[in-house]
Amino acid sequence: MVERDKLGRTISHAVLLIGVLVVAFPVYLTFVAASHTSEAIVQAPMPLLPGGHFWENIGKALTGGGAQAGSKAPVAHMMFVSLVTALGIALAKIAISLLSAFALVYFRFPFRQLFFWAIFVTLMLPVEVRIAPTYKVVSDLGMLNTYAGLIVPLIASATATFLFRQFFLTVPDELVEASRIDGAGPLRFFKDVLVPLSSTSIAALFVIQFIYGWNQYLWPLLVTTDETMYPVVLGIQRMISGGDAQNEWNLIMATALMAMVPPALVVIGMQKWFVKGLVDTEK
Amino acid sequence: MAAEKRVVFRSGWLPWVLLAPQVAVIAVFFFWPAGQALLQSLQQQDAFGTSVEWVGLQNFQRLFNDSSYFESFKTTAVFSVLVAGIGLGLSLLLAVMADRVVKGAMAYKTLLIWPYAVAPAVAGVLWLFMFAPSIGVVAWYLRVAGFDWNHLLNGNQAMALIVMAAVWKQISYNFLFFLAGLQSIPKSLIEAAAIDGARPWRRFWTIIFPLLSPTSFFLLVVNVVYVFLDTFAIVDASTHGGPGQETSILVYKLYYDGFKGLDLGASAAQSVVLMAIVVAFTVIQFRYVERRVNY
Repeated sequence: MVERDKLGRTISHAVLLIGVLVVAFPVYLTFVAASHTSEAIVQAPMPLLPGGHFWENIGKALTGGGAQAGSKAPVAHMMFVSLVTALGIALAKIAISLLSAFALVYFRFPFRQLFFWAIFVTLMLPVEVRIAPTYKVVSDLGMLNTYAGLIVPLIASATATFLFRQFFLTVPDELVEASRIDGAGPLRFFKDVLVPLSSTSIAALFVIQFIYGWNQYLWPLLVTTDETMYPVVLGIQRMISGGDAQNEWNLIMATALMAMVPPALVVIGMQKWFVKGLVDTEK
Repeated sequence: MAAEKRVVFRSGWLPWVLLAPQVAVIAVFFFWPAGQALLQSLQQQDAFGTSVEWVGLQNFQRLFNDSSYFESFKTTAVFSVLVAGIGLGLSLLLAVMADRVVKGAMAYKTLLIWPYAVAPAVAGVLWLFMFAPSIGVVAWYLRVAGFDWNHLLNGNQAMALIVMAAVWKQISYNFLFFLAGLQSIPKSLIEAAAIDGARPWRRFWTIIFPLLSPTSFFLLVVNVVYVFLDTFAIVDASTHGGPGQETSILVYKLYYDGFKGLDLGASAAQSVVLMAIVVAFTVIQFRYVERRVNY
């Protein structure tokens, strides 16, 4: 601050504290709901302090021991599906984008510009605008209820390709010349020089894409009909059915909590990469 | 492409192999379905898929004469204005405050960024749980305070519910970009204004706010795109587009008509309209949005 302004600073702290509390409240309430029996929650108003059934509820949700009207599939398996899907999407996206950016920057071949624009145009075709025909393609390929169906249609990435292309353009040409003199071919140069140099961008992109993959909802909703292929974000939805009282809200909220933890840990644990990733992917 | 490499590798086949995975995915899962949507929007199929006939622009005519489609447009517009307005306002306030404090700025940042990690569908469930008419704790206290909350019956309240969930989810993103924008404003400008006698309030409106306008405009576009595309999960998780069609945003209607209503022609026409909207947004984003965010 420019001037010493004690009152102003106190107000700032107060506003920030209120902001933090309001932002955290829904999650606190989720935790409270996950720590009571379902009877305690249904009796309005539900308690506002944590109860003693937290681990019991987590265990019940993980193994699928609930008695709710909706889906009773074990959440442990859903978490596994989510993990495989999120890792698959993030890693495959990074891999194919690195390869295509390498081709676009370091080679001259016919229709290069055309491919560049073709990848660019996919920015304007998010899955939300082509729901039905994409579903048909995946179903014709027999990819419904498979990991491939959950992962492959989401791995094309214009943003990631651009990000790597931009970065490759800043890599000094001397490095190519030097590795040529040392007798390295293009693939060797890619593996030993380019990929290690890109490690910061890869880490940043990984954080963003892992969260993107973990939080997918519309796509799994279309391509999975089998309980054993539900990612956890979709699974929560399937646990809710009918009237409020028929749902075991304690288990649903325990599941919601578990669905939030992995991406939240990634954001907080890799905060530096997360912020870099957010800024980079918007360029 | 503006910049080009001077030194390149020579190979007739390698670049094609390198491009193959990406190109295969975009051809099969992007261009083919998008082409199908364009074709189907000009066709009419019966419910069993046995006959197809070309109907020209009839699907679009039907769509634009359909009052529920216009309602859906209006709903989406109201939803975007509310989410962008409230979300940007609140996060700008928090970012300005976080920029002012010296101690604990990092801690506040960490405590405010994690909602980004929460899935929109989970955000929908969380807010539904607080406001569910029979069990929701906030709904209960509102009723005690004399305010009758029931978003299952009242469309405005259902809209309020999805707006709250969508704003909550997006606040961390806006906050990070506003904070970065604020921190990139040279301190000397603010000091100069202070020496000239401008108080904080005045400094904010005459210096900080104008210098933030590129960031604000960028965030405005991002937020509108977010509302158009990413809030499907929030709506599906909390209100299911109801009551009636009161919170049925465009993507929700598209999903509903295509999958529950099985009206392929109408759904394809909606896809095409939505595509046009997304193309317009992308053009705006690339042409007019100046990215002046520095870390």
